[in-house]
Amino acid sequence: MIEKALTGDRRYWGWIVLLLVIISAGVYSYLNQLTTGLTLTGMGRDVSWGVYIAQFTFLVGVAASAVMVVLPYYLHDYKAFGKIVIIGEFLAIAATIMCILFIVVDVGRPDRILNVMLYPTPNSMLFWDATVLNGYLLLNIVSGWTVLGAERKGVPPPKWVKPVIFLSIPWAFSIHTVTAFLYAGLPGRHLWLTAVLAPRFLASAFAAGPAILILVSYILKKTAGFDAGKEAINKLSVIMTYAAILNFFLLGMEFFTAFYSNIPGHMHGLQYLFFGLHGEGQLVPWMWLSMIVGLGSVLVLLIPKLRTSMPWLIAACIGIVSSIWIDKGVGLIIGGFVPTPLEKIVGYMPNINEILITIGVWSIGILILTVLLKIAVAVKMQDQLKA
Amino acid sequence: MNENRREFIRKTGLGVLAGLGVASGIFHKSSFETVLASTEHEDEAKGTRLGMVIDTRKCKEGCTKCIDACHEVHNVPQFDNSKDEIKWIWKDPYKNVFPGESEQFLSEETKNRSYLALCNHCDKPPCVRACPTKATFKRGWDGIVTMDYHRCIGCRFCMAACPYGARSFNWRDPRPAIDKINQAYPTRERGVVEKCNFCSERLSQGLKPACVAECPEGALTFGDLNDPHSEVRDLLKNNHTLQRKSELGTRPSVFYII
Ligand code: SF4
Ligand code: SF4
Repeated sequence: MIEKALTGDRRYWGWIVLLLVIISAGVYSYLNQLTTGLTLTGMGRDVSWGVYIAQFTFLVGVAASAVMVVLPYYLHDYKAFGKIVIIGEFLAIAATIMCILFIVVDVGRPDRILNVMLYPTPNSMLFWDATVLNGYLLLNIVSGWTVLGAERKGVPPPKWVKPVIFLSIPWAFSIHTVTAFLYAGLPGRHLWLTAVLAPRFLASAFAAGPAILILVSYILKKTAGFDAGKEAINKLSVIMTYAAILNFFLLGMEFFTAFYSNIPGHMHGLQYLFFGLHGEGQLVPWMWLSMIVGLGSVLVLLIPKLRTSMPWLIAACIGIVSSIWIDKGVGLIIGGFVPTPLEKIVGYMPNINEILITIGVWSIGILILTVLLKIAVAVKMQDQLKA
Repeated sequence: MNENRREFIRKTGLGVLAGLGVASGIFHKSSFETVLASTEHEDEAKGTRLGMVIDTRKCKEGCTKCIDACHEVHNVPQFDNSKDEIKWIWKDPYKNVFPGESEQFLSEETKNRSYLALCNHCDKPPCVRACPTKATFKRGWDGIVTMDYHRCIGCRFCMAACPYGARSFNWRDPRPAIDKINQAYPTRERGVVEKCNFCSERLSQGLKPACVAECPEGALTFGDLNDPHSEVRDLLKNNHTLQRKSELGTRPSVFYII
């Protein structure tokens, strides 16, 4: 099937070359980081995780959100998702690979990363996270590829693939739950030490993921003439709306618990993020941007007339993705470290090398997604031509 | 189904779940067995548990002898920016070392003094729980929480897990920033985490930790917390002491006389 990715028009190749150029800049920056050390990032003794781990967290959500198309299609036989389900699975593959890459670029000794598997440590949530992520990647590659392969030959998919797909459903929930456990089980990091962290992760994932799916489908329609179907897009936008509302509801819970209880430690993280603490509030504008854009998008989505109009829907999707990206990708990680365990306010600003690596990893993911979707669309269109 | 059976099933169900959790090391066995408040310590006086009592009244303002000695014997690099900074033991004001302790109407004296901070060699160390490679581990025979620099992958999960900011990461090659290399202790490589090791290398030669040995005021006392006749236990018996953030259940082995 892979040969289908090797034929394309000039636009396709132009896009591939562009991605490759950005990736080389990322690889170059990574080599810099390898030789000089992680001092080439904005991270430091106090804010010891930054933009890499933030992207990781966000992307685990994107990967998990494939379940929002897989579950209705395979479990409830919801036919309208017939064409979009493969896009979801391939998005999950690309996102999971990016997650793994973001961990690799974040660790100080990538040459020793296999120690996680060589000395399995069940009491560490990171061990479990590595296990479930790799498993999830495998499940999606196997199910996505097999089903598409069968479709190309015009035969029904083999029977054994069904259980694999069913397994991938609870597995999707597990990856984001375990990722939340990385943070939610640490004593003394008040912003993270909350039982609703995993539910919030899932809610925000099921909002941002479908939003990205809608955007990808839109691009595919414009560039490749592949239409996922109006009903599928409508359904996804409804899922996204409810998930986004749930996400904001859970955020509200955090505010209530922290501020009504009036316990300083519980308030400090949110205070720092949204209002500034001791006169310092590096992230305040970002968090409010996230809040306003997110709530604005929810408002748009709640009005059926706007939700079903393509330009509004696209705008709302971009809004939801950016809002959640800021909230989960910037606020959550930095807010967990500041104030520090010694109650100090420490700033964090990613530097250029770190940003280039980050964009590089994203480009690798987008390249993988492009190639996979090129194949998927070619197979699907061959059906359409025959039909 | 009758009540008894339901109860039985509920209990065994929970028991199996808890048992699995405990067996895998995710939960502490004691979490399910005792009804003690988090700050209480049930007596697990098995074996040795090395610890320290710091008499902050004796600690002289402006003196850094213990800090210098520690950093010198352990080849701790000196970077002049807080981002790359590596430190095993340092001084900070009351409100930073003991956040959560009452600060209202604090005596001027207490407020203005600075206090030593170092790894607490927690009895229930969250850093050990978090480490995915066992590069950070607690020694069964004396309770010291220590590290294998050769196994650490530099994921910094332990830094996120330590509620005391006791851990440092080698963001860059430390060697150029070491004044005088002490051949008796290894230098670290770029990309791994490090922290106070209670001078385990000196203890094995029968010496006291460097900070304890170097303090001219006798402010630091080191010994076995599980031995009721030790010097540290004597101090604990006769003075009111604090542990940092004891409410977190980490059970620090470093105690402070304020
Ligand atoms: S003080 Fe921090 S580094 Fe030391 S044992 Fe406790 S949790 Fe671990
Ligand atoms: S940085 Fe090293 S010691 Fe710390 S958790 Fe990771 S592997 Fe363990």
